Amino acid sequence: MKVELEADKCVASGQCVLAAMEVFDQDDDGIAILLDEQVADGQLDDVREAIAVCPAAAIRLVEQ
Amino acid sequence: MAPTQAGTMPEAPDTVPEFPMPRDARCPFDPPPALKALQEEAPLTKVRLWDGSEPWLVTRYADQRALLGDPRVSADTDSPGYPTKASPEGGEGKLSFIMMDDPEHARLRRMVTAPFAIKRVEAMRPAVQRIVDSLIDDMLAGPQPVDLVEAFALPLPSLVICELLGVPYADHEFFQENTKTMVRRTATPEQRGAAVREVAGYLAGVIGKRIAEPQDDLLSSIAGRVTAGELTHQEATEMALLLLIAGHETTANMIALGTLALLQNPDQLALLRDTDDPKLVSSAVEELLRYLHITHLGRRRAVTEDIEIGGQVIKAGDGIIMVNEIGNRDAEVFPDPDRLDLRRDARRHVAFGFGVHQCLGQPLARMELQVVYGTLYRRIPTLKAACAIEDVKFKNDAFVYGVHELPVAW
Repeated sequence: MKVELEADKCVASGQCVLAAMEVFDQDDDGIAILLDEQVADGQLDDVREAIAVCPAAAIRLVEQ
Repeated sequence: MAPTQAGTMPEAPDTVPEFPMPRDARCPFDPPPALKALQEEAPLTKVRLWDGSEPWLVTRYADQRALLGDPRVSADTDSPGYPTKASPEGGEGKLSFIMMDDPEHARLRRMVTAPFAIKRVEAMRPAVQRIVDSLIDDMLAGPQPVDLVEAFALPLPSLVICELLGVPYADHEFFQENTKTMVRRTATPEQRGAAVREVAGYLAGVIGKRIAEPQDDLLSSIAGRVTAGELTHQEATEMALLLLIAGHETTANMIALGTLALLQNPDQLALLRDTDDPKLVSSAVEELLRYLHITHLGRRRAVTEDIEIGGQVIKAGDGIIMVNEIGNRDAEVFPDPDRLDLRRDARRHVAFGFGVHQCLGQPLARMELQVVYGTLYRRIPTLKAACAIEDVKFKNDAFVYGVHELPVAW
């Protein structure tokens, strides 16, 4: 699975970083960035949590 | 209060329930019983407000998130149909970008997101820990009983905001005194207004100094936007004032109300008192945010285009109120929702709202509450309320729910 992030939608709540710290980080302005768009199986639950708590619907998982 | 019979709720004008609804005085931590009944029987229903207007009340978690995340709703208090809050001071006024829509909202919000990034907030944790420890030292050295609100819950967020904004140490006392008056129940509207003007004038002055001589703090970064011509001095001051107001009384109420809720649930309090596991403390913060939910007047919006939801069309020009405290008690999302359970996974709560306006300061609020809940009961393990719960005065009529005072001893 691959994770996609629409940074222009991001409202810098930081929720994705708290949910999946190995996958998401923030730039200097707090806007979410992807550390790795490839999601390992062990990270899937965390990424799903990040998607669920993102207030701006800026994250999604796509099949490769 | 007995729930209204199913099926007789809407239509006839004299059956439109009034909002806000009263809590059950015996259950001060629970949402009003009538809200629970609506969530089960009429999750989208019209209610009547103080001014006679009739917005929709949205009580289910899924509907609340859908509507707060919908671009066809407006947070602008001037939008037709916006459900206005009653205020003894006559109107809530416009508070910078939280009462604007995109793209202007996004432009202004992004100017102040940087200090709330997770790593930046984490970097403030040692300073917050020092403030918490020092306030507890002062309490322990003083007489008992002491009002936890006055001695601890209100000064902490005020001092943290000083730290965040870059208010010089020498001015902390001035800042504390005036921010206290801004939220003091016994202050007259004139006194409160004067305190707001004092603080606004002060912040405008510091922003002026930072324009001339920038430092490494948030007021300097806001001042830089003035220099760059992106904000007027007035807008910059309003933004600083917003950050202060949004983070002060809210955090204070979570501290005091949370402590009272824990004292009423000693098994849960014991979990926090006996742990040094940051994961349990963090889980406790999320659960208390879910369970207590202090913004009891709801997130309010005006609908700008017809929206179909739950088999209902909400028309352009209608108002909507999402009462997140009842959304957070939705059994479809949180099993056994009325139980305080610090070990549950409550991360999906909507205490900070949802959508593009979701609380900007939430990482800071979380960290502050983690330090407080993780420290206060360990350092004062015998902490107890110094009055009966029946004698505690709850802020039923305030914008932000909580307790007016909480006498404690140990």
